[in-house]
Amino acid sequence: MELTQFEDVFEGKLAKNEMVEPKDWMPDNYRKHLIRQISQHAHSEIVGMLPEGNWITRAPSLRAKVVLLAKVQDEGGHGLYLYTAAETLGISRDELLNNLHTGKAKYSSIFNYPTLTWADIGAVGWLVDGAAIMNQVMLQRTSYGPYARAMVRICKEESFHQRQGFEIMTHLSFGTADQKAMAQDALNRWWYPTMMMFGPPDSESPNSENAIKWRIKRETNDQLRQKFVNQTVPQVEYLGLTVPDANLKWNEDKKGYDYSEPNWVEFKSVISGNGPCNKQRLLARNKAHDEGAWVREAAQAFAKKRKEIYEAA
Amino acid sequence: MLKQVQHDNIKSVKSAISAGHKKMTIQEALFQYTLRLGDTNLILSQRISEWTGHGPFLEEDLALTNIALDITGAAKSFLEYAAGIENKGRSADDLAYFRNDRQFYNAQITELPNGDYARTIVRQAMIDCFDFYFYTELAKSKDETLAGIAQKSIKEVTYHLRHTSSWVERFGDGTEESHNKAQTAVNELWQYTGELFEMNEVDEILIKEGIAIDLNGVKTKWGNHMAGLLEKSTLIKPENGYMQTGSRKAIHTEHLAFILAEMQALPRMYPDAKW
Repeated sequence: MELTQFEDVFEGKLAKNEMVEPKDWMPDNYRKHLIRQISQHAHSEIVGMLPEGNWITRAPSLRAKVVLLAKVQDEGGHGLYLYTAAETLGISRDELLNNLHTGKAKYSSIFNYPTLTWADIGAVGWLVDGAAIMNQVMLQRTSYGPYARAMVRICKEESFHQRQGFEIMTHLSFGTADQKAMAQDALNRWWYPTMMMFGPPDSESPNSENAIKWRIKRETNDQLRQKFVNQTVPQVEYLGLTVPDANLKWNEDKKGYDYSEPNWVEFKSVISGNGPCNKQRLLARNKAHDEGAWVREAAQAFAKKRKEIYEAA
Repeated sequence: MLKQVQHDNIKSVKSAISAGHKKMTIQEALFQYTLRLGDTNLILSQRISEWTGHGPFLEEDLALTNIALDITGAAKSFLEYAAGIENKGRSADDLAYFRNDRQFYNAQITELPNGDYARTIVRQAMIDCFDFYFYTELAKSKDETLAGIAQKSIKEVTYHLRHTSSWVERFGDGTEESHNKAQTAVNELWQYTGELFEMNEVDEILIKEGIAIDLNGVKTKWGNHMAGLLEKSTLIKPENGYMQTGSRKAIHTEHLAFILAEMQALPRMYPDAKW
């Protein structure tokens, strides 16, 4: 087949809403875009284990400890499916991890913010996982098969996490005055960083156009952000908390809330490495990997010895 | 509530001090026995979960977190039962978060710092092996609740033991570095294994009732199993020399108080809060 015919088959699949599979021909920039996006997503899951793992040994009840351990384990599991999905595009796990450890690959900037109190564990589940779901629901129908299938499972678990986060916020908001203050403080600190998770405004989003054309994305950053605000404000009201935005107001014409934009200067600064925890997150990942080197070497040496014994027999 | 808890703590310290003078009731023995099982699982899970997010590679990070999850679940079941046996209005969370280090009965080996990955794995394999034989017997206990928790735990522990044993083998017969790390771990941890098999008045009372397990039998099976595993792993089994002791009397290493300070911080800071 000529190259143009391959392209026609690929375009045809997109037009018919069919899945593109690993062995199918695909344009280079489609492959590159997917590797970037899936690995960034995988790295986010793994780095995201750090701020949440931070509270496992301090969870204030046995049930809370079990729930948090299970949640962090789920995030690690998501990382695993996503790395595997990325590998189907012809890149190795070592290469992917190396890109993370050297700072070449990005992960969700939200995890560069610290979890300072127990309420932050509630806020991360409720707001951060809530925002992530909004970004990810559409990916269950994304054009690349392995990614779409991984996302079906991930979305199920994430919506469970969001409910758990909201449950923590409920306990705090309807608890003692100290607990309610803790909940409000967490909302104050996580609101704008969460809003940033949808990415820069559409007018400044360089990757959106192709992503929508390839059905890797189905809604724009601003559309998703608006949807998130509309969904979250009533939940904040139910909790008896206040959104830290004096300009927040229902707009009947657009059937949605008007809201203040997050601080995009801060967003760019954190993405480029200058956030509260950027250095320590990367250090923690590097430390775990480097200190684990002898473990991985031992496993390989052992497997090699066993193989030799088996072959000699 | 806090005052009440503190008062109870003082009372139980006093009763611990005077325990030598008065014979323990079956209920008191059962309470302490169940605490021993709950605390051992709780403190070990606390240690193991320090690895979450920091494991040597992702699959192993998940496996260790899974073990932490299982043993936290077991701790919760035992402490809920203990709270019921005590029947003084304390919950499992009260027992976990409002007792001090002189009221914990976990084996000392569980509270030792994780150290490197070989040390974490060797300790876990030692305890998994103990739990496997212990729960197998406890599943036949006349106490239905303990038997039930044991039956559930055997399934989990069988998997844990398979996993940690396979790593002891890999480390022992992997590289020179991994071998040395594993051997050092075995040598240093061995002195903490004697405690697992110690029996006191609690065991004596409950064995008569068909509730507790005679740990001498478990000790033989554990010893044989560990000897086999170490040999297969090209590691040397240490002699049974000096053994650390104390946890049956709630005497611990210096590490436990730090673990509790971290674990109990929030509930103690906000004693009236529900989470």
